[in-house]
Amino acid sequence: MSTETSLEGLLADARQGSRRALGRLISRAEAGGPGADRVDQLVFGHPGNAWVIGIVGAPGVGKSTLTGQLVAAAAAAAAAAGDDEHSTTAAPRIAVIAVDPSSPVTGGAILGDRVRMDAIAAAHGVFVRSMAHRGAAGGLAHAVPIAIRVLIAAGAQTIVVETVGVGQVELEIANVADTTIAVMSAGWGDAMQASKAGLLEVADILVVNKADQPGARAAERDLEQMLDLGAATRDAAAGAAWRPPVLATVAPSGDGVEVLWGAIRAHRAWLEATGELDGRRLEHLRHEIRGRALVGVTRRLDALMAAADIPLTTDTPGEWARRIEDQLRDAQGGPGTRPPAQTAAADHASTRPAR
Amino acid sequence: MTGESEPVRVLLAKLGFDGHDRGLKVVARMLRDAGCEVVYLGLRQTVESVVVAAEQEDVAVIGISMHNGGHLTLGPMMVRAVADAGLTIPVVIGGIVPADDVPKLAEAGVAAVLGPGTPVDAVVATVRAAARDAHAAA
Repeated sequence: MSTETSLEGLLADARQGSRRALGRLISRAEAGGPGADRVDQLVFGHPGNAWVIGIVGAPGVGKSTLTGQLVAAAAAAAAAAGDDEHSTTAAPRIAVIAVDPSSPVTGGAILGDRVRMDAIAAAHGVFVRSMAHRGAAGGLAHAVPIAIRVLIAAGAQTIVVETVGVGQVELEIANVADTTIAVMSAGWGDAMQASKAGLLEVADILVVNKADQPGARAAERDLEQMLDLGAATRDAAAGAAWRPPVLATVAPSGDGVEVLWGAIRAHRAWLEATGELDGRRLEHLRHEIRGRALVGVTRRLDALMAAADIPLTTDTPGEWARRIEDQLRDAQGGPGTRPPAQTAAADHASTRPAR
Repeated sequence: MTGESEPVRVLLAKLGFDGHDRGLKVVARMLRDAGCEVVYLGLRQTVESVVVAAEQEDVAVIGISMHNGGHLTLGPMMVRAVADAGLTIPVVIGGIVPADDVPKLAEAGVAAVLGPGTPVDAVVATVRAAARDAHAAA
């Protein structure tokens, strides 16, 4: 990859409002490897005043449309607060990262979230970046945390991350966002679905979108009932926990979005007032470090698996697993353990230290 | 995924008053199946909105679909808007373009024109070549 412009130069340009420079920096983060590490070394730091909002929910519940409305609300709030920096259009103050799935077969992707949010985002000078998840587990792309730090370093104050349309297990966003919003729609399921779905345990705000459709009230009621059963509710009554509010929205018209924006502010205020915020962010950081380390471990594991000659009739899977684990341990620090076939296909999350 | 290089990022859009997006959707699917990351803008874009999206998304190629006879106006306009923004992203046009107009578009700086019935392999090869040439020139 050519480095015709230095990363420092790109960041300086991005801070001056160059969309192109910011776009390129995010591409470097996406490419992974040592290049992404260098970007991160440049932008890593305290998030300052910035706030990261995560949007998660099943395909088709209206995440993209709601994201478009949310950034409009964020822009209106910034304008009302007299955020002159926004109105003088230097660096983008509000940004969106929209993640869509990659094909597991070809690695290609159709990133279509802009269709639903572009007009509104453009009207408010919002920086929108689409990202393919490139096989990462959990509904996010590996590059999302670094991309968020790039955006913050470039001046973004509000960042909305929209995940791939997911259901019950792809909850990586909760390890990245300061406020996680789970979006559902009328008829999404009953209270038992809600109890199954880990979605509801990690969400800070629950939204029933398409609230003008039949069944929306019932969905809200189901969610409230589910929350009544949770431990958080008891703690919330004692003032020691945050009970996720259940809100109704109609994304295309913007109904309920102002209330949603208010709830995000309230959640932020609660995290700051209780001192939970630093703990949450530290947890996120530890999670990210673990994830990166895991990629390297997984690569070695895959190489051992490829090398293992396992017959169909064999020792139990548990016995084999222990054997492989032993090999993994023996291989620690030993030279030549990295399989050459796998190094070129360096995964998108960077795993090797920069030096 | 081969991992040998980054996926080629391609932006696809239709400009202005032109409602025929089936072809664009077919091309989006072709490119996805060829391993490209397609940033799909869809209908009713302007040259300005395409440029903004191309910058933010850092795409290697811009693909514009035309079915309303406006290609001789909008094609060169798109190329100019990209150049005015200081970008070196090639513009490929697909859709209904009479054979006589193809050289005119080429002269205006359009990297390639892909008509109806272009085989998948040719579409993919054209997009990849355009991305490669632009990268080499940058």
